[in-house]
Amino acid sequence: MTPALIHPSRRELFAGFCKVGITAFGGALPLVRRMLVEERRWINDQDFLEYLGLGQVLPGPNVLNIAIAIGMRFYGIGGALAAAGGLMLAPLGFILLLAEMYDRFAGSVALHHLLGGLASVAAGLMAAMGIRLAMRLKRVAWRYLVAILTFAGVAVLQFPLLAVLLTMAPFAIILSWHTARRERRA
Amino acid sequence: MNGALLLSLAWRFGLFSLMAVGGVNALVPEIHRQVVVLNHWMSNADFTGLFAIAQAAPGPNMLFVTLIGWKVAGLAGALVATLALCLPSSLLTYQVVRLRERFSDAPWRQTIEHGLAPVTIGLTLGSGWLLLRTANAHWSGWVLSVATIPLALSRKLNPLWLLAAGALLGLTGWF
Repeated sequence: MTPALIHPSRRELFAGFCKVGITAFGGALPLVRRMLVEERRWINDQDFLEYLGLGQVLPGPNVLNIAIAIGMRFYGIGGALAAAGGLMLAPLGFILLLAEMYDRFAGSVALHHLLGGLASVAAGLMAAMGIRLAMRLKRVAWRYLVAILTFAGVAVLQFPLLAVLLTMAPFAIILSWHTARRERRA
Repeated sequence: MNGALLLSLAWRFGLFSLMAVGGVNALVPEIHRQVVVLNHWMSNADFTGLFAIAQAAPGPNMLFVTLIGWKVAGLAGALVATLALCLPSSLLTYQVVRLRERFSDAPWRQTIEHGLAPVTIGLTLGSGWLLLRTANAHWSGWVLSVATIPLALSRKLNPLWLLAAGALLGLTGWF
């Protein structure tokens, strides 16, 4: 039997997301799942998948969207503010501190060199993330076509993102709808 | 403080908020186009350096935008850019979750999710490509980036170690 879920207080919502915020490096989603489902048991795995799907369909920062949806589940708008505030406040303060230091040492050759190496690795990490997502893509021709055209639009042709999205999103959703309809018939 | 500049940041990043399909990673090429190419608010080295700092710092990766705002217009710019990036999408999420009971199992939600997945992949690869091009002025940088990719894909090492190694190697001045 699965243990009963726990109903957090507003303060616990804030504290839980605060912990995710300060311990998350390079993507907070796996941490959010562990905190919500395993450690604090506010929701179960199936709930989490639904929140994750919602967070990814909606535009904007995924983790923030999930924090808002979870906060609302328990306390409406007050819960959303507690969860979002917990997630954002400490990391925001920390990044502003880093910005201040960046300005102060802007003329430093050592900092310039250090950031050069850091930036090359950060670029490699982003490329790896794209490759990992692409390897998980279902082997359907139109999905590859959409991914390639989107990539070409933003990266090679350097079109404005809005133009790429307004072209590719409807195209992709129509194809997805067509596939779903064919699968239902089969 | 320059009010017109802050207003310009607010509407640009407010629009980014609603264009961040699959998350903030989708936005890197567009932010680069606007702040480096079109408006010359910073150099390529600033842009990739700030991106790298945000990756190495704790917290959601959207904080990259905070640093961009800071570079353009100081503390006020940082707060305006962050709020503008968060607010429109958060209000949309709030509205959708409020109405969710009515369509949580609607088949069209899955249709949209499956349709947008390859768009997100194309955008993430686009962000990777843009960062590779702008972060690496010399071949030595490309070597470091390309060496990172299989290490990251194997998932044996925490990315934080890779970033730390990159920073240390960077001190040699080769990249």
